[in-house]
Amino acid sequence: MEFPEELKYTEEHEWVMVEEDLAVVGITDFAQDALGDVVFVELPEVGTVIEAGKAFGVVESVKAVSDIYAPVSGTVEEINDDLVEAPEIINTSPYEDGWMIKIRMADAADADDLMDAEAYQALIAEES
Amino acid sequence: MRYIPHTAGDVTQMLERIGVKTLEELFVEVPESVRLKRPLDLPEPLSETELLRELKSLAIKNATPGTHKSFLGGGAYHHFSPTVIDLLVSRSEFYTAYTPYQPEISQGTLQAIFEFQTLICQLTGMDVANASMYDGASACAEAVLMAVRLTRRKRVLLTRALNPRYRAVVATYCSYVGLELVDVAVADDGRTDLKDLAAKLDATTAAVVAGYPNYFGVIEDVATLAEQAHSAGAKLITAVAEPVALGLLKSPGELGADIVAGDGQSFGLPLAFGGPYVGFFAVRQKDVRAMPGRLVGETTDLDGQRGFVLTLSTREQHIRREKATSNICSNQGLCALVTTIFMSLLGKQGLREMAEQNLAKAAYARQKLSAVKGFSLVFDGPAFNEFVMRSETPVEEVLTRLEAAGFLAGIPLGGDYPELANCFLVCVTEQNRREEIDALVAALQGGAQ
Amino acid sequence: MTMLGASGLVLNEKLLFEHSQPGRKGYSLPKLDVPAAKLPADLSREEISGFPELSEVDVVRHFTRLSTWNYGVDSGFYPLGSCTMKYNPKVNEAAARLPGLADVHPATPPHLAQGMLELMYRLQVALAEVSGFAKVTLQPAAGAQGELTGMLVIRSWHEARGSKRSKVLIPDTAHGTNPATATLAGYDVVPIASEGVLTLEEVEAHMDDNVAALMVTNPNTLGLFETNIEAICKLVHDRGGLVYCDGANLNALMGIARPGDMGIDVMHFNLHKTFSTPHGGGGPGAGPVGVTEQLVPYLPAAGVERDGDQYRFVTGNTESIGRLMAFHGNVGIMVRAFAYASTLGGAGLKHASQMAVLNANYVRARLEGVYDLPYKRRSLHEVIFSDKDLAGGCHTLDVAKRLIDYGYHPPTIYFPLVVKGAIMIEPTETESQDVLDEFCDAMIAIAGEARDNPELLHQAPVRSKVRRLDETTAARKPKLRWEDNP
Repeated sequence: MEFPEELKYTEEHEWVMVEEDLAVVGITDFAQDALGDVVFVELPEVGTVIEAGKAFGVVESVKAVSDIYAPVSGTVEEINDDLVEAPEIINTSPYEDGWMIKIRMADAADADDLMDAEAYQALIAEES
Repeated sequence: MRYIPHTAGDVTQMLERIGVKTLEELFVEVPESVRLKRPLDLPEPLSETELLRELKSLAIKNATPGTHKSFLGGGAYHHFSPTVIDLLVSRSEFYTAYTPYQPEISQGTLQAIFEFQTLICQLTGMDVANASMYDGASACAEAVLMAVRLTRRKRVLLTRALNPRYRAVVATYCSYVGLELVDVAVADDGRTDLKDLAAKLDATTAAVVAGYPNYFGVIEDVATLAEQAHSAGAKLITAVAEPVALGLLKSPGELGADIVAGDGQSFGLPLAFGGPYVGFFAVRQKDVRAMPGRLVGETTDLDGQRGFVLTLSTREQHIRREKATSNICSNQGLCALVTTIFMSLLGKQGLREMAEQNLAKAAYARQKLSAVKGFSLVFDGPAFNEFVMRSETPVEEVLTRLEAAGFLAGIPLGGDYPELANCFLVCVTEQNRREEIDALVAALQGGAQ
Repeated sequence: MTMLGASGLVLNEKLLFEHSQPGRKGYSLPKLDVPAAKLPADLSREEISGFPELSEVDVVRHFTRLSTWNYGVDSGFYPLGSCTMKYNPKVNEAAARLPGLADVHPATPPHLAQGMLELMYRLQVALAEVSGFAKVTLQPAAGAQGELTGMLVIRSWHEARGSKRSKVLIPDTAHGTNPATATLAGYDVVPIASEGVLTLEEVEAHMDDNVAALMVTNPNTLGLFETNIEAICKLVHDRGGLVYCDGANLNALMGIARPGDMGIDVMHFNLHKTFSTPHGGGGPGAGPVGVTEQLVPYLPAAGVERDGDQYRFVTGNTESIGRLMAFHGNVGIMVRAFAYASTLGGAGLKHASQMAVLNANYVRARLEGVYDLPYKRRSLHEVIFSDKDLAGGCHTLDVAKRLIDYGYHPPTIYFPLVVKGAIMIEPTETESQDVLDEFCDAMIAIAGEARDNPELLHQAPVRSKVRRLDETTAARKPKLRWEDNP
């Protein structure tokens, strides 16, 4: 399982890539593996204001469903439309083609509280 | 006991293998303080002969279409049910199976449900139907809850011409989820009052709910109801308690309904004093993930053969728990199978022919009964197989007199509708021969003289 | 050992719609004996597009073939945990089809349906006696609707006291309907942990004055009796709450102990489990609800009561929660359950529970050591193993699928959620020691195969009509109906 060093992570198994005040969000390799084959993704509309810690979407496999939580607060700038037709991308490319939304952060400092790859790996080692 | 195979010897051997001496020891975890310290106080067990004798003695105390000429409808209908149906659903591979959780050994149930879903879509003119629900009334309540989920609004308009039992069930289901249920008036022709509807529709309205045909047997103007509902951003739910009507009537889907809930009892299920019946539930494709209940979908197996599975289960309680679209965790599988076989046998022509016979016989009866002195037709809107008559004399007396003459002539309406005191709902199906209708007319005339 | 599973001549069969031929008929109706009538043109539909046209023979063969692809209790052993797949007596089917019971219209005036009302009344009384409650409503159509009935009764009781409690406690072993139902009754769900059984401390830690009720299942879904139930009920009551019991597992307790005597306030029955009515491939069932005296006024509209030698529906009760079903519930199922209770009598029901518990413990004794047994307390009517000790990279799903090849319906799997890879076996009382031995032999053989030839498990089943199905594609690209031009 991979956990790229350049990303930040949450306890809810999302990853975040920060580019100035823009945060790209997806779910981690660990999360996609635990879910199994992803069959459906529900994402917010562009322009939706979302709040850190609150669910913004849903990802489903055949026998499991999981809310996706916003790692940071802000406004949805862009969503990955490809996931609607081909949700399996989340399984095959969780960190690249499987990105979910881009959030224009209200406060870029929000991202500072997130875990780095090492801390996240320690967390999942504990969980599993 | 013929259902329990254990001999005394078996029990001894099994206890020994378990490593206990007595049956009592198996219940060691049940505290002494909660034990029942006396035998259950129930009647002595009956042999098969005694049981059937007992049940027959109860059965003969009940009036049926076999003992009385029946004109009862109001959400449960006496229709022709081909002999084939009961013989097929008595195959115990169907009726002794559980929910098809193991698809490899449940393909019979699964394919039949897939066919049921398809038939309901064709009948209602909708895109997707679920595997069925408890009955028409609870399906209607689930439809209201779904419309609330879809619109995130909290006000629901129910026309008073909707079956009052359906309205009651909606009210129960919605007791504590913060909804406002508002009645819409009935116009003089027995249809929903469109002016009253327009006055009550607003931007907080989640849904408008109407029967099709409605409780008075009158055929609602569904296209206009849909238009009005949609203009306010609300959903139109049509409840079909008498699906035989859909053999002739434009489908609710074609007329703009967003959710169609209904009861399939007319399609081969015995009256059985009210159940088990089967609710059907159909929606538009875009709304499928907000839908309650089980769904069966087509797929392939490892060898590429076609097969069927339960699917989109993440909507349901066993996965989503408190966030599920409903708490339902079954369907009325065997009842849905009955209706599937019924629709297969009647088919395209048969359902139409049956509907035409209902229409014709009800029209004949309506005309004859309206001409009887002391009785009048209450609503003149277009009707299917039911209609409302008003009596100039107290309706209870009329119905009691007709009972004595061997008729179950109708359902009195005054209890549910104070303004319809001395009115009764008459239902005429293809099962009512002309002689029966003429006899009812004669009996009513006899009373008026 | 001999395998029960064998491949017979199983016939393929198309969909109904693929058989259809224009002009074929499978029905006959009498000639119309009144003048034909016409609907206004703007109300009439064209023909129902896609509706099938088949002969009677087409239809009979179609559904006969479909039936052979199913496994029922009459086909063989069906140890589905928490589902109580006992034998469905045939006389019950005959009973429900007696014309005087099957053909009664629900709006028949009660004085002309006295046999029906008497049967319902006597069943209410029998269920009340078995469960120890003051009164039973028969109206709910299924367990989940029984739960809703019970939770609405609880809510109404609270509201009548001016109490606005908003939370319901539900153990982590609970069936998913429990939290879904609590939500539908307008409550917030608070999950609580169990250690096999609920502890008083855990309930106490969450039981505040905003908790309306605790929902429990007893015996619980691990097949264990909730040993602290009395103290827990007392605690909940002392702090102003009520206790709801999911009666899914009542088959362990008939004539042994009664939920009403333990302090439970409301419980639903599953007539399709405990009282032998057939599951019908997913329904219809019936989920009557019993309550204590103080809750009787809130029961659904129109229970049956006796007045001398007459029976009547209770009307005009303003505290009632209303109605859950258009009519009187699944009466045809009530007839079957009544026939069952009448056949067994009180001693017979107790014997059924004893043999159900004996069977579960026998299976446990035979399989312990072969499969991991996560909870060691004495089992009641069902026993839960896990796939922890399974070799060859095999999981619970593989065991389940391999059992199909051996000729058995698999147990309930992956439930309850607190046991990873759960295998939940409920034999019921209607199975003989021989059947249990053959099944246990198969389970032991499969554990051996997992070690020696795991591919047999991964590939299973191979003897069924279809092999493992692609559920992922089914969910990604849902095809939920047949279409003429897909």
